Amino acid sequence: MIRKPVVNQIITFFLFVFFLFIATPGLLASNQGSSSNSVKSEATKEGHEIGDMIMEHVSDAYEWQLLTIGEHHISIYLPVILYDQGHWIVFSSSRLKHGEASYKGYYIAKKGSNIGKLVRKNAEGKEVLPHFDISITKTVLAVFINSFLVILIFLSIAKSYRKRKGMAPKGLQSLVEPLIIFIRDDVAKNSIGEEKFERYLPYLMTLFFFILFSNLFGIFPFFPGGSNVTGNIAITGVMAFFTFVITTVSGNKHYWTDIFNTPGVPWWLKLPVPLMPFVEVLGIFTKPFVLAVRLFANMLSGHIVLAGFISLIFIFGMFGVGLGYGVSVFSIAFAIFLDLLEILVAFIQAYVFVLLSALYFGMAVEVPEHH
Amino acid sequence: MHLLTVLLQAVANLAPYANMGAGIGAGIAAVGAGIGIGQIGKGAVEAIGRQPEAVGDIRSNMLVAAALVEGVSFGAIVVCLLILFV
Repeated sequence: MIRKPVVNQIITFFLFVFFLFIATPGLLASNQGSSSNSVKSEATKEGHEIGDMIMEHVSDAYEWQLLTIGEHHISIYLPVILYDQGHWIVFSSSRLKHGEASYKGYYIAKKGSNIGKLVRKNAEGKEVLPHFDISITKTVLAVFINSFLVILIFLSIAKSYRKRKGMAPKGLQSLVEPLIIFIRDDVAKNSIGEEKFERYLPYLMTLFFFILFSNLFGIFPFFPGGSNVTGNIAITGVMAFFTFVITTVSGNKHYWTDIFNTPGVPWWLKLPVPLMPFVEVLGIFTKPFVLAVRLFANMLSGHIVLAGFISLIFIFGMFGVGLGYGVSVFSIAFAIFLDLLEILVAFIQAYVFVLLSALYFGMAVEVPEHH
Repeated sequence: MHLLTVLLQAVANLAPYANMGAGIGAGIAAVGAGIGIGQIGKGAVEAIGRQPEAVGDIRSNMLVAAALVEGVSFGAIVVCLLILFV
């Protein structure tokens, strides 16, 4: 039967998406221990194991686990770089043997407030962190990979814009150009204004594409994807901190007057007890903080819910193998739907972060019209 | 009042109640987000019905407002997660 080319493309796309998202449960499954027991006491233990597995899936680690075939782990062992008690200690995390062994007195804490981090026992026998732990962990490597990819893509696009001056965009250019124009026109120009938006455009573009790539890579199950970059409060916090610094530094007289002497507010809210300035100053700090938490919680909850739905298969599988197979149909269908939804959320969250940053910059530099 | 102090002394470990509180808090956060985004959707769909040419503008504004409302509810979820896991 002869199909039209467009229908071919649509079918290929759906087959690709279908097989790609089938891979995610497969990779999660290989991390799960085997259990064919359906004893009730195993249920709670398995429940804890699954909870731990989900949290391990979304948190940082000293090695990057690619596959687990049976009992054999295939991971990338990342370097551990410590500065403790006056000297540098560098070793590969393979010496830690997935958290079982200790090396030179350093081991991964299993419980307590430092769980998951590298600790050593000090003279009193208490677990204490080293002075500086600047290891290349999974999230750090993922940030390097994502930024390297963003830089690579945009340098090549810049080169092709220079070469093809005045001509129509081709290839990678035409893929990214709608996004670039969207950020420049609908976000930056509208929020910051025609004259001053160009100063902030590099930062907004970098922010948007880094967050977008990191979000999308978090959904992609294979290396170099599958790392939870934006679901990490440290990373979103730093980006929100940059927005905060730029807003505060570029605030002009009108911005500060609006905070400390808000126009249109009755005088008794400002003197003798400065309620309104207090609320506004609090607002300076809460706005970037909420920016960070919004992105972090959205991405983290998406990953946890997805991992949870796949684990549902194993939980049901414990009570009866047939039940596990039955639930797996619904679980995988829901997981595919959730993956597609997460792609949408990735775009929306990147857009909202950049839009709000642009709005804050716009408020900082706006000059109100005189009537 | 006396009954409450007696009950409090009988319950030595309050950790399960903290977990229950976290669960209820997350549920209330979900209800809040549901109501908020539902009203945004209602307003957006009505506006599209009135003026079908403005679908693009209405859709983008709706998504922005929904993301902001969800941000608030996620703050509450983060607090509940902190109770459970920290």
